[in-house]
Amino acid sequence: MIKDLALIMFTAVLLENFIFYRFYGCCPFLGVSEKPDTALGMGFAVMFVMTLASAVTYGVYYLLLVPFHLEYLQTIAFILIIASLVQFIEMFMKKFIPALYSALGIYLPLITTNCAVMGACLLNIQSGYGFIESVVFGFSAALGFTMAIVIFAGVRARMAFCEPPKAFRGMPLVLVAAGLLALAFSGFSGISF
Amino acid sequence: MNKLASIVKEGLITKNPTFFQLLGMCPTLAVTTTVFNSVGMGLATTAVLCCSNVMISLLRKLIPGEVRIASYIVIISGFVTAVDLLMKAYFVELSKTLGLFIPLIVVNCIILARAEAFASKNKVIPSLVDGLSMGLGFTMALSILGAIRESLGSGTLLSGTPFMIQIPGLHDYPVLFMVSSAGAFVTLGCLVALVQFIAAKVAESKAGKDEEPLRARSEEVEKID
Repeated sequence: MIKDLALIMFTAVLLENFIFYRFYGCCPFLGVSEKPDTALGMGFAVMFVMTLASAVTYGVYYLLLVPFHLEYLQTIAFILIIASLVQFIEMFMKKFIPALYSALGIYLPLITTNCAVMGACLLNIQSGYGFIESVVFGFSAALGFTMAIVIFAGVRARMAFCEPPKAFRGMPLVLVAAGLLALAFSGFSGISF
Repeated sequence: MNKLASIVKEGLITKNPTFFQLLGMCPTLAVTTTVFNSVGMGLATTAVLCCSNVMISLLRKLIPGEVRIASYIVIISGFVTAVDLLMKAYFVELSKTLGLFIPLIVVNCIILARAEAFASKNKVIPSLVDGLSMGLGFTMALSILGAIRESLGSGTLLSGTPFMIQIPGLHDYPVLFMVSSAGAFVTLGCLVALVQFIAAKVAESKAGKDEEPLRARSEEVEKID
């Protein structure tokens, strides 16, 4: 059991990293990685939402959709769960943890349209994970996301001082740098179990 | 009519969602390993975008401002489910290779961005045209990326269709980097750089043209004086 969970975690963080292997969550990865501390804040918010969303969607899918043969509604159901979860967390944080709320700011509502969260929930169902496996997968995929975005924010902070050709200024250079980072991560794919 | 033409031009070229707005990066990077997949993904997105734009435009006066994002998401996810089920029924192979990226159209930022920026403020026909041209602009960008990656990375073109072409040389010794995930980022980066380069050149030549008549006119003014 523990071994399986460790394997899920290791795979989700390094081997099949959400950004570099599956390309889930590329929009915030490219958009919110300008400074390491905001990237870290975004990462924590995603971690929180993704772990909770994995647990809730598991419950809704197996306790509500499957007994009534409504599996085809999973896309609608999941996006509603994620949207309301984000809204709920936003309200909760505003009331009880105002410091963290103001630190996350605009990134919190943006998580709704982060395909990493939705992707993790759909992958849980597709891979037939149990409850604990789903939660562990959601958490570790978000951990992989956070790691990638924080590392990349560090890379971008250094890139601010270089002078690329005019055409490469802005997004193109960021994309090429992300490609090089993805190349580094692809080194993990040699590891097999 | 003129307005519709400018909407089409914006969607396809000047405000292309991939090259200029950098929206919807996840499917752009993930499915563009072959032209066939790229076109399939692009057209599926276009279908959802057109339907959701029309529906949101029809309902734009009924949806209260506070809950508009949630309402848009429900409308979009309804159409995505329909497209997903249709593809599973009629394009089995394609829906298997695209996998979870079909349900993930729900969270594609292009669709929500067009709903918020265009469909919620415009009438039905312009919204439909906007959805169609933005969708086709997205499909075009994906196909270009797919063509580059497929021809260099696996040495074929249009594989998965009856018109498959094998490129001699590259087919035996493909550049595997291009189909890897790192290749996706680098190819897109280079393409966006190329587009920026061309856009800068076009803007320069336009500015040059505008300046000349201006100077001519000022000379005329001096003569009159």
